[in-house]
Order: sequence, then C-alpha cells, then structure tokens
Amino acid sequence: MQPQQALSEKARSRRAVLVMSALGAFLLVMFIVAINSGEIRLGPWQVIKTLFGFGDARQQLVIIDFRLPRIVISMLIGACFAVSGCILQGITRNALADSGILGINAGAGLVVVLYVYLFPLKTSASPFMMPFLALFGAGVTALLIYMLAFKRHQGLSPIRLLLVGIGVQAGISAAMIILTIRLDPNQFQFVQVWIAGSIWGTKWDFVFAHLPWFLILVPLAFSKAKTLNILSLGEQTATGLGAPVEKDRLIMLAVAVGLAASSVAVGGGIGFVGLVAPHLARRLVGPQHQFSLPASALIGALLVLVADTIGRTISSPSEIATGIVVAVIGAPYFLYLLSRSRV
Amino acid sequence: MSSELEQASSASAPKLKSRPVAASLIIIGGLIALALGMAASIAFGAKQIPLSMVWESLTHFNPDSSEHQIIHELRMPRALAAALVGAGFAVAGAIMQGMTRNPLADSGLLGINAGAAFAMVLCFAFLKGLPFLYLMFFSLAGAAFGAGLVFGISSLARGGLSPVRLALAGAAVSALLVALGEGISIHYNIGQDLAFFYAGGVAGAKWIHIKVVLPWVIAALLGAMALSRSITLLSLGDDIATGLGQRTRLVKIIGMIFVFVLAGAAVSLVGSIGFVGLIIPHLTRFLVGVDYRWVIPCSAILGSLLMVTADLSARLVNPPAETPVGALIAVIGVPFFLYLARKQRREM
Repeated sequence: MQPQQALSEKARSRRAVLVMSALGAFLLVMFIVAINSGEIRLGPWQVIKTLFGFGDARQQLVIIDFRLPRIVISMLIGACFAVSGCILQGITRNALADSGILGINAGAGLVVVLYVYLFPLKTSASPFMMPFLALFGAGVTALLIYMLAFKRHQGLSPIRLLLVGIGVQAGISAAMIILTIRLDPNQFQFVQVWIAGSIWGTKWDFVFAHLPWFLILVPLAFSKAKTLNILSLGEQTATGLGAPVEKDRLIMLAVAVGLAASSVAVGGGIGFVGLVAPHLARRLVGPQHQFSLPASALIGALLVLVADTIGRTISSPSEIATGIVVAVIGAPYFLYLLSRSRV
Repeated sequence: MSSELEQASSASAPKLKSRPVAASLIIIGGLIALALGMAASIAFGAKQIPLSMVWESLTHFNPDSSEHQIIHELRMPRALAAALVGAGFAVAGAIMQGMTRNPLADSGLLGINAGAAFAMVLCFAFLKGLPFLYLMFFSLAGAAFGAGLVFGISSLARGGLSPVRLALAGAAVSALLVALGEGISIHYNIGQDLAFFYAGGVAGAKWIHIKVVLPWVIAALLGAMALSRSITLLSLGDDIATGLGQRTRLVKIIGMIFVFVLAGAAVSLVGSIGFVGLIIPHLTRFLVGVDYRWVIPCSAILGSLLMVTADLSARLVNPPAETPVGALIAVIGVPFFLYLARKQRREM
C-alpha cells in the first residue's frame, strides 16, 4: 500500500470519480444481462416494460418475484462483503485479511445453522431475525480470534491473526458437520446449499431484512474513511497522530463484522469477495479509503452479481452455488497475491 | 523440555535427544492398546457383539451366523481401515514435519488431501466404474498435484517456504479444489457418492479396498523407516544435512513420494481427514525425542490408535447415527493447531 505520491490530490479524486462511474456503468450493464438471463428468455424490451409495470402476469412473476430480488441481494451482499474486507485489511494492515479467511463468516453461519436446527424454518423463522443471530455468531468469533491472536507486548501480529483464523474456521466447520448430521433430511438439504454459499434468500423479505444493515453500515463505513486512513498507518504512527487507536479499531471491527454477518445471514458463506474487491479497488483508485471503500463496494457488487449469473446459467437448469463460483475466481487471485506478498 | 531440546539442536555436533526406552515402551504398549482398540471396535456398534463371539468368529468362522457375518464383512475391514489410515496420515505428517522443519505440516493443511479428493471427484464424474486400484492411483496423483500447487506457489514468493505461507496457500488451494469439486459434483449429479469424501469416514471400507491399499501403505511405511535416518539429519537443517553428506534433494523427493502414497491411499479409502498428521508427530516427538528412527514407527502406532478410537467414539456418540470421524478429530486438532500457531519457538 504505497501512496501514489506522483498524483496530486485533485488528479486522484478526478481519477476515482472516473473509475467509479465506469464501474457503475458496468454494474448497470451486468444488471441488465442478469435480468435477461435464465431458464425463461425474455427480450430487453419486455424486461423494461415489466420493470415499469406493463408486463403480463408471467413476465411479472419471473422478473419481479424471482430474478429481481435475487439480483438485488447479490449486489447488496457483494458490496457489504467487499466493504467489510476493505475495513479488515485496513485495520489489521494485512493484505490477505477477509471475513471468510478470518473465520467470521463461518461463525455467523454456525449460529444460523444452529437456529435452523432448533427452530425448523417453516414454522417460526423470520428473515428479520437472521442478521441479528448471524451478528451474534460473527461477533463472538471475531472476539475469539482477536483474543487468541493478541499477545501482550507484541500486539496483533497479522500473521498470527491469519493462522488463528484458519484454525478457528476449521473448528467451526467441524462443529457444523457434527450439527448437520442431526438435522432431518429437509433441513440438511437447506444447510448443505446454504453452506456452499447459494443466494437462497430470493424473496423480497430477505432484501428488506438486509437493506437496513446496508443503509446504515455502508455510509457509516464511508464516513469513517479518514479514521481508516490513519489506522492503516500502523499503531505507533496513529497513536502519534493523536488517534484513539484501540477505540477506533474496535468500532471499525464492529462495522466490518456487522456487514459480513448480515450478508452471511441472507447469502450464505461466500468467501474471497472481501479479499479480491478491495485489492482491485486499491489498484484502480489508490489506497485512500475515501476512494477505495466505495470502489470496493461497486466491484464487490459486480463480482457477486457476475458469479451469481454464471452459477445460474452455466449448467442450467441445475444451479451452481454462487459461493463456489466466487471461490473459483477468488482463490487463484488469493494465491497470486500470496505469491507476491512477504508474509 | 524446550530448553534442553534447544541446546541439543543448537550444539554444533548433532547430538539428538532420543529416548529409545520410552519409544520401545510406546511401541509395545501401543500395539497392545491397538489390538484392544480394534477388538472393541469390532465388538461395539449398532449391534453389540460379545468379545468371546469376536474371538470365536476368528477361530471358527460360521457363515450361517449373522454376528459372524457382521464381524467379517463390516466390522473387521472397518477396524483395519481405521488403523491403516491413521498410520498413513500420521507418518505422512511426520515425514513432512521432519523434512521441511515446518511445525504446521499436515496433509490436510497443505492441500494434499484436497488434491486427492479432487482427483476422486474427477474419477467419479468422468471415469465411472473405475476399479479401486486405479482410483487409488488417481488419488496419489491428485495428492501430488495438490502438494505441487501449494509448494510451487509458496516458493514463488520472496522469503521462500515459510510455514505461514504454506498454511495459507494450503487453505486457499483446498478452498479452490473443494469448490471446483463441488461444482463438478453438482453438474454431474454425483453429490451423494461423494459426500463422504469431504466429511471423512471409514464406514464404507470393504475387504477389496483393504486388499488394494494395504500393500502400498505397508511398503511406504517400511520405506519411511528406511529413510528415517536421513529425515533426522534433514530435521537439523539442510546445511547440516548436506555437511554430513546427505543428498538432501534426493531424500526430499523420495520422502515426498512416500507422503503422496500414504496420504493418497488414505484419502482414497476414507476421504479427507485432517489434523491426524499434525497432532501425532508432535505428540510423538514430545514422548520419544527427535530421532526419526523412533518417531516414525511410534507415529504410525499412535496414529492408528487415534483413528481406531475416534472411529469407535464416532459410532458411540450419537447411536445409531454416526458422527463423521474427520469432524471429531478436528475437535481435538483445532485447539492444538491454535496452540502451535501462538507458540513462538519450536523445535523439530
């Protein structure tokens, strides 16, 4: 993360605006492609007509009730995972941090599975409860990882954080497997699909359950961009600049955990988005968080939307879970970063 | 303990800490415990069979008795498979930890198991009905492929093969191969056949599988024993080993081949089970010192013991349902991994 000294502040922000408009345009194109693709083919004109309420009942059903919520959810969770990853990379000063690698997603997932196990979904589950439950699981996991990786006199070493994250994640996966064995076949099916990271909340309920989290936490993260800039300079420099490091770091960690948890609750365990998106964003707009956070959000949204569309269409009529597609794209990128880093 | 070991390894002359007496005791005691464990594994389960009946079925097999049938067709191959696989994973871990001086080496953590499992997915999807022998060979090739990816990518980076980078690359390669495997299994609708390769379990072991795997595992174990002196020298560091006249590259290549055979055969039999190869060698070195002539046989026996016990408890935790063995072992393995990750100084 070397600051690009060559560019002046003004030139950099002009560049950022340009990049983000381009990304926005890409997202729009992808949105149209996504809404057009699927088992039932519909032309662009029919889609536009339907979106504005002039389609027939069948088109209405396909687009408004099936495709649109799924597409909206994809973009929302993509943006949230990406912003979460960008924050985590900033506060841990670790280019390989991501809510999936650190085991935060798994922690959120475990609580959701536990909830499904205790309260079968059909009877009592409300999608609005899920993000809170996931938040609880993710929060406890994040705290656990933080405590295990923290050593007195040495602080939080990025390497130990990643190792502890891998270990905690393996443990949670094992607990999840033991738990899923006890489920009845219906619930088992649900959990299997969910773990793989299929965007299963394809109803508007889930969009509305997730939306408040997005609307509160993402602007909050954007408004704290300056704080993140200072934190990413390192503990000593930040303290020297007069920042309340511990407090700021915990607040930002909480925001990152909240973003990841609410997304896991509706989208399942999708990893690597929070890793790939911030990296691409930094390459495009530089390391300043006031630019890299929104750019990450756009790239994350784009990435998950593309992955979901691929997963939906590649082996239609059967679906490949979005998380799988994202991992196939994201894991090689992680390995590429790893081969260039100095861990 | 750690300071003594440190002295031993920092001394210029390679004077090794070794406890042959403790090791002999472990081998004898371990074998007795293993025999008892396997007997218990044959006797207990969804249907309880008295130990006298187990003995009787061994000496006077009666094909008309259903108990004897259960013992012969289900329980015995299962107990044997557990013992074989435990020894395989444990010795594979011991070889890697010794040769690479990496305390976090384990075939599960380094993507080797994931590679083998991925090869099995490919076989199920594209080469249906392949005989088990060929399946095992594909599994070996997959193990080598996974390891090649992990070691290759890690060695590209500046600073070389650090344990952390290997662990991270292992996690990412595993994630990638599992995701690809899942994608393929969904596309070809073979998820049911494969579920157990990811969870890990010895329930499906049959005599034909044992017959194929047994000679390979035994051969690789004997080979590892023959190589153990060289592994001890490598564990002192490449420089010292070269100075003592070891051809380090050759030893490493042979050692890795044994690792692929052991891990690949084990995965083809029971699927991907991690952490056995991590825990057992550490425990063994703690008990018998760092001389691999003792570490390898003791690891084999303790690994078998762990797998047989874990498989038995997997059946007894929540009968009649079975808990996946891999998950049970992870419950012990993860805290141990975390302990190692926090620890600063380590001795191999």
